[in-house]
Amino acid sequence: MKFLKFLITGVFFGIVLTKGQVISWYRIQEMFLFDSFHMYGVIGSAVALGIIVIQLIKRRELKSINGEKINIPDKDNKIISSLIGGIIFGLGWSFTGACPGPIFILIGNGMYIFIVVLISALVGTFTYGILKSRLPH
Amino acid sequence: MDQILAPWPWFVVGPLITLVMFIMLYFGRTFAISSSLRTVCAIGGAGKIAGFFKYDWRSQIWNLVFIGGTIIGGFIASNYLSDDSHIILSRSTIETLADWSISEPTKALVPTEIFSWDSLFTLNGIIFMILGGFLVGFGARYAGGCTSGHAISGLSNLQVPSLIAVVGFFIGGMITTYFLLPFILG
Repeated sequence: MKFLKFLITGVFFGIVLTKGQVISWYRIQEMFLFDSFHMYGVIGSAVALGIIVIQLIKRRELKSINGEKINIPDKDNKIISSLIGGIIFGLGWSFTGACPGPIFILIGNGMYIFIVVLISALVGTFTYGILKSRLPH
Repeated sequence: MDQILAPWPWFVVGPLITLVMFIMLYFGRTFAISSSLRTVCAIGGAGKIAGFFKYDWRSQIWNLVFIGGTIIGGFIASNYLSDDSHIILSRSTIETLADWSISEPTKALVPTEIFSWDSLFTLNGIIFMILGGFLVGFGARYAGGCTSGHAISGLSNLQVPSLIAVVGFFIGGMITTYFLLPFILG
């Protein structure tokens, strides 16, 4: 039962991204071609509101459902890996038209071919794990 | 009800994504989807091969439950919360796609010319699905996050590495869209 709340939140997120057409390959191309405001509006408004929400959490010291202060971890300050990894991710994002969330949500939408994309992404994750110590970070 | 069945505008979708991020923080977790791929590798026994996967994956099961929910959410949205509206793309994108021999979108979310079982073992299928998926998985872990972890959670928390990663996402995406796709499809 303790996982039910995550399941429900996931269902909500899957509905939101589907209805926002964020999982569409076409929309991702349109974004990289700078032909439409749609995706920039989605990401931009999410981040703009997100900045306000996180500032409020920090300043008001809001508590989580467990009664503890909400802890928001900082990202590791690795410049090289953020940039190179980001570029590699971006190359793939435009090919598949789907970042990890949409890969799963597309499968839910009946696009079962994205199971192949998911397996490839798992292989990519696994390959990174093996090569990690030899890559610049 | 019609407004729920029609595609939702950006100013509804963006804030609802923020809401999901907030809910996850309120639950004492983070909104970071690509981490689930690492967890799946760890469950599959990858920890025996690489230390990167040697951790207590049981503490990450909540993320897999969330992922399971997103799949169900996609199913619900497509089967019960959709009308017949097509994706309305900008004219300019439609013209670019035509140059790549990709027809205008109908009800499908992705071009079935490329994303289908029939094309899986063609050169395009291998590049778009197998190589593309590999790069997404590899790049997300190398960068330390994907669109949810870096672009939404990280930028909202004013993280410099996230800003660099998002710049990288766009450099990579634009290389594919402006140089590789015209070369492969054109």
